[in-house]
Amino acid sequence: MTEILLATYNLCRYFRVAGPWRKGPVLKAVDGVNLTIRAGETLGLVGESGCGKSTLGLLLLALLAPSKGEVRFAGENLHRLPANRLKELRRRMQIIFQDPYSSLNPRMTVRRLLEEPYVIHRLGDKNERRAWVTEILAEVGLGPEHLDRYPHEFSGGQRQRLGIARALALKPELIVADEPVSALDVSIQAQILNLLIQLQNRYQLTYLFISHDLSVVSRLSNRIAVMYLGRIVELGPRAVFAQSGLHPYTTALLSAVPLPDPTRPFQPPHLQGDPPSPIHLPSGCPFHPRCPEARHLQCREEVPQLRGTTTDHWVACHLR
Amino acid sequence: MLDIHNLAVRFHTPTGLLQAVGGVSLNLKRGETLGLVGESGCGKTVTALAILRLLPCTAELSGEIRFADENLLRLSEERLRQVRGNRIAMVFQEPMTALNPVLTIGDQVAESLKLHRGLSTRQAWREAARALTPVGLPEPNRHLSQYPHQLSGGLRQRVLIAMALACAPDILIADEPTTALDVTIQSQILALLTKLKKDLGLAVLLITHNLGIVAQSADRVAVMYAGLIMETGSTIDLFQNPCHPYTQGLLASVPKLDFDQPPGGTLAGIPGQVPNLYQPPRGCFFRERCSHETPRCQEPPPWVEVEPNHRVLCWLCKNDQEFRNKSSRFK
Repeated sequence: MTEILLATYNLCRYFRVAGPWRKGPVLKAVDGVNLTIRAGETLGLVGESGCGKSTLGLLLLALLAPSKGEVRFAGENLHRLPANRLKELRRRMQIIFQDPYSSLNPRMTVRRLLEEPYVIHRLGDKNERRAWVTEILAEVGLGPEHLDRYPHEFSGGQRQRLGIARALALKPELIVADEPVSALDVSIQAQILNLLIQLQNRYQLTYLFISHDLSVVSRLSNRIAVMYLGRIVELGPRAVFAQSGLHPYTTALLSAVPLPDPTRPFQPPHLQGDPPSPIHLPSGCPFHPRCPEARHLQCREEVPQLRGTTTDHWVACHLR
Repeated sequence: MLDIHNLAVRFHTPTGLLQAVGGVSLNLKRGETLGLVGESGCGKTVTALAILRLLPCTAELSGEIRFADENLLRLSEERLRQVRGNRIAMVFQEPMTALNPVLTIGDQVAESLKLHRGLSTRQAWREAARALTPVGLPEPNRHLSQYPHQLSGGLRQRVLIAMALACAPDILIADEPTTALDVTIQSQILALLTKLKKDLGLAVLLITHNLGIVAQSADRVAVMYAGLIMETGSTIDLFQNPCHPYTQGLLASVPKLDFDQPPGGTLAGIPGQVPNLYQPPRGCFFRERCSHETPRCQEPPPWVEVEPNHRVLCWLCKNDQEFRNKSSRFK
């Protein structure tokens, strides 16, 4: 697991917010992200809503253009490629969306939904496509009797299976799974997570698994990145997250998860207030107004950079 | 305080009769939190709405909900209005939509005070400012003249809790109060609910799908599935000794926060899907997804008391108990 499939260099995406009369302030959704994804691994990306997780996911797949920086997939800069070459690369990367209710076209049957990737990439003839569609449907645990149904006839879990089937259709290498289970009930969530793990083992898939739920991420990921207000504040192999000396934000996130065990005392973190607005970022470390440990002047004045502490573990904090 | 006996809710829909809640019995004591857990569509919210009779007119209610020596289901509209928002208050799931966007926070918090306590607008606003302080709003007077869109999700949820508590109710029904919030904000709100319960001696009915939240903030738990309570007991008993196969499956489905184990590996999960409640299965509603199904499960399951105050609706536990009784007789 040393081959790097995807890497970003100082990746930034800024949005200009519309103001009443003129152009409004700038929102830094993703700000200077350096990240690598290794072939065959699952990289978990956690953070609270609005921290830029989904924007980062879209940038990695070239579904959104960066304001600065670059994304390299298998060594090629995605945002400098001619359209036909980019289309070829797109076969190798796919996305699973959060909401299985709105990410499937309600006017297309399952057959057409799953055939579409092959049509777009001009693969196979009619008969081959039919065979492939049935095969891929079986892969996600649905039968051929579902082929002529419409998305509304399926439950949430089944729809997410369709979303996975569609992402899988072209046999990609990288799948960005953007909150694939957060709209599902726990018992269905477990089924879908199992399916994702199974498929990864069978096809050596690489996942970027985006979620706000640390328990789910801890279940699947080899490495985990924690994001806060557009920046990666911590990145490391899973084992690191069981130890101490983590970024104060990561520590807070971990202790905020209510565990399904009444004998373990719940000690929620003493975080002050809400995350600040990404339009008016605080000076210095973006986390310092809520950080229980920020006492130094440096925290208020200087933006901490991601630094390596031990092998493979990176933290953006002045105190670590 | 509140005693629900055999509550059933049926909806008349164009597709037919839908039994959303099929005979639920619960009781709520002063100063305790009862967690009502279940997956979406299991009837948790319908149960809560039935308590305050907030369901649409297509709903047909039966059973009994006893509160302060009266049956809420039999109460006149006028008498019910004196209970709603005054003695039993509710916090809704979506803090974004539960507040009226065109009224200020002050107007909305003051409304129930004017209605139930007969205060003048000025007095009600003064009371409203006082109500906002215990829920942790930093500057109550400034927030009173703000509109909901000017507040974050966490602050809006605090306003909703303040609104519910403004008239000092006896019972607070919290329907998924933290589902729309981030974990760090969620833990703030849960800590707040626990503190208020202690300080005010409230009885809280906490409805959620999150087993972690129940484990950490409820004293007793009722597990609901397809409109029925499947298992109920104290939080410790239920989590340490889950007896119903559904509860066991549910607990096994929750991914643990664990970084020591290697990633991957399968979660236990529960196969299949929730039954169609237009045509509920015969006998036990969980039968089709259950790995311990026996021929006896074709009949409606009985209530079995496995420990004091720990009851399960399952044939399996009945069989166990009968077996144990028999074998003890032989000894």
